[in-house]
Amino acid sequence: MSLKRKDLVSIASLTLDEITLILETADSFKEVSGREIKKVPALRGKTVVNFFFEPSTRTRTSFELAAKRLSADVINFSPSSSSVVKGETLLDTARNIEAMQADIIVLRHPDAGAAETLARGVKSSVINAGDGWHEHPTQALLDLFTIREKKLDFKGLRVAIVGDIAHSRVARSNIYALSKLGAEVRAVGPPTMIPVYLDRLGAQVYYDLDKALQGVNVIMMLRLQLERQGRALFPSIREYSRLYELTADRVRLAESGALVMHPGPINRGVEIAPEVADSFSSVILDQVANGVAVRMAVLYLLSGTNA
Amino acid sequence: MAILIKGGRVIDPGRVNGPADVLIENGKILAVGPTLVVSAGQAAPAATIIDARGKLVLPGFVDLHVHLREPGFEYKETIQTGTAAAVAGGFTSVCCMPNTSPVNDNQSITEFILDQARAAGNAHVFPIGAITKGSEGKELAEIGELRRAGCVAISDDGLPVINSLVMRRAMEYALAFDLPVIDHCEDLYLSEGGCMNEGLVSTQLGLPGIPAAAEDVMVARNLALAELTGARLHLAHLSTIGSVRMVREAKSRGIRVTAEVCPHHFSLTEEAVRGFNTHAKMNPPLRTWRDVQAVKDGLRDGTIDVIATDHAPHAAQDKQQQFAAAPNGIVGLETALPLTLALVDEGVLSLESAVAKLTSEPARAFGLPKGSLAPGADADVVVVDTEESWEVDPARFRSKSRNTPFAGWKVKGRVRTTLVAGRVVYEGH
Repeated sequence: MSLKRKDLVSIASLTLDEITLILETADSFKEVSGREIKKVPALRGKTVVNFFFEPSTRTRTSFELAAKRLSADVINFSPSSSSVVKGETLLDTARNIEAMQADIIVLRHPDAGAAETLARGVKSSVINAGDGWHEHPTQALLDLFTIREKKLDFKGLRVAIVGDIAHSRVARSNIYALSKLGAEVRAVGPPTMIPVYLDRLGAQVYYDLDKALQGVNVIMMLRLQLERQGRALFPSIREYSRLYELTADRVRLAESGALVMHPGPINRGVEIAPEVADSFSSVILDQVANGVAVRMAVLYLLSGTNA
Repeated sequence: MAILIKGGRVIDPGRVNGPADVLIENGKILAVGPTLVVSAGQAAPAATIIDARGKLVLPGFVDLHVHLREPGFEYKETIQTGTAAAVAGGFTSVCCMPNTSPVNDNQSITEFILDQARAAGNAHVFPIGAITKGSEGKELAEIGELRRAGCVAISDDGLPVINSLVMRRAMEYALAFDLPVIDHCEDLYLSEGGCMNEGLVSTQLGLPGIPAAAEDVMVARNLALAELTGARLHLAHLSTIGSVRMVREAKSRGIRVTAEVCPHHFSLTEEAVRGFNTHAKMNPPLRTWRDVQAVKDGLRDGTIDVIATDHAPHAAQDKQQQFAAAPNGIVGLETALPLTLALVDEGVLSLESAVAKLTSEPARAFGLPKGSLAPGADADVVVVDTEESWEVDPARFRSKSRNTPFAGWKVKGRVRTTLVAGRVVYEGH
């Protein structure tokens, strides 16, 4: 069983069948993480390289755990300690990695399209772990997995994605994924953070969080990137929080039993109130656990084409 | 030494449009007319005959906007390879932008460029000098010296002159030398970080966008300054519906402005970027189909005077990067002709009008003694087969670089022979 493709660079390019295959495969791998010995030999002898140009603890660790639980060999390659600083291009560095017979390269890069550019240039499979503002496919997949686990049905589900949509690869991937599965997506944020024509991607745009939450079953909060202050996107954290922080009161505006999600890392008291992050409705830690299972599924299904 | 181009259809915009022969002697056009014969009285060897039956015979094209990369970026293109690419595309005169390294803001660089062009012996090169020292946008370059050294216009291209006071002074100062002032219209604050048109595609791809407004605000500013100063303003590579609208309005009030458009801006839209195709990355970026329609309308009604290529060679390794890191620009000298002829097929331009956009109009905009086949004119001539269909193959370009989005396109219209100063400098097969 495998995905009949070399790479996973975007959700936009996945079919509904492929998404379903990944989620169902992740079901069985979730079970592995619950065992005493958390290992299966599925990828024994394969080499997975984590090629991370941006700092990341959780995603990189998640991929590393996933690969190791499948018995693969894992290398972590980060540019600050490498030849990229010496001027070697993305493609040349990757080709060197490939020459060492890496089967799968997991790439995180600050520029949109980097994964696709890399995938075209190397024979190894490439998994996009986040390329600039463009996509973060495994995040969307684990978000889908988490929702499915708790809610089961996507058709007619109302999901609000709140925050800096314009600069968020998590938002884009989720908008694509949820729309494909028939959910209704609401994108909420200040106008400066909503990209042009977003409605044409299948999301309804709201500037008012209180209005947007009415009737919503899933609330997905995005991290406010504090480094973006000073670029005229929002006047202050204080005002942003007042307008867009998910407080307990606001959670009550949504449907009862609404899920609270966040890709992490969270800014407590900025986009999400501490008591909400730690509440019964929050599935943030489930997302992390599911991330390993989903990434195991993706690694497993891609390696099939290289067998 | 006489050359007789025989049996073709001559289009010399505004003068001749019909079957005619062209007689060339000593590097000049001697005569244009039906059934010319080299008279027996001429004390010269028998004329070389160039058979132009079934072909068009046109003035050599004039490209007001080319990047020859020398000095400084010879790995992308040299004056020799760039001018060879020019004549292969039918261009016998090119104006080269000063964003070389060092920037052409002084006599020495201008003279160097002219020397290299003479040595190459391909197309004529008319250098464009910088507006400001180093194109830093602060202090005026020695524009008088640049004029004397041979520059035909000034521009900080690559960059706009962002400071409006500096642009005003440049326009005023250039009046003394009757030089056109060219601006690359881009508000760097609005375009900051952007690498493609801001629109549906940039939203889908998560790429930072450049809104059309970034061009429009600078076009508006430049038109206001042109009105204030009476300067000769030339607007480089227009790409938006707003720009065209404003230039049309300004011209209707008699403001002295000329405008150019590049073939890629009437042949492609932002859709070409999908898949993060760096061969579709240039500045100004490819826009929407509404903008494409607007520039075509502008060409049709004369709002846009000139077709120029903005030929911008880049080496393969530069373009084979992730989208944000790749440099802006595509080559254009060797694909401009068929893309322009496509406008004729579409009914946007008459054939004579299309030829004018490549010849007499650019020459007029910069006051160049080119783009014409009048007797006494330099014998810069191009013979074109409008019927020949061919496939764009970058591997066969004369340019050093291959960065084109048109690779594999099936196009119609090809240069057969190019003459510069009465000498054949290019012959297609």
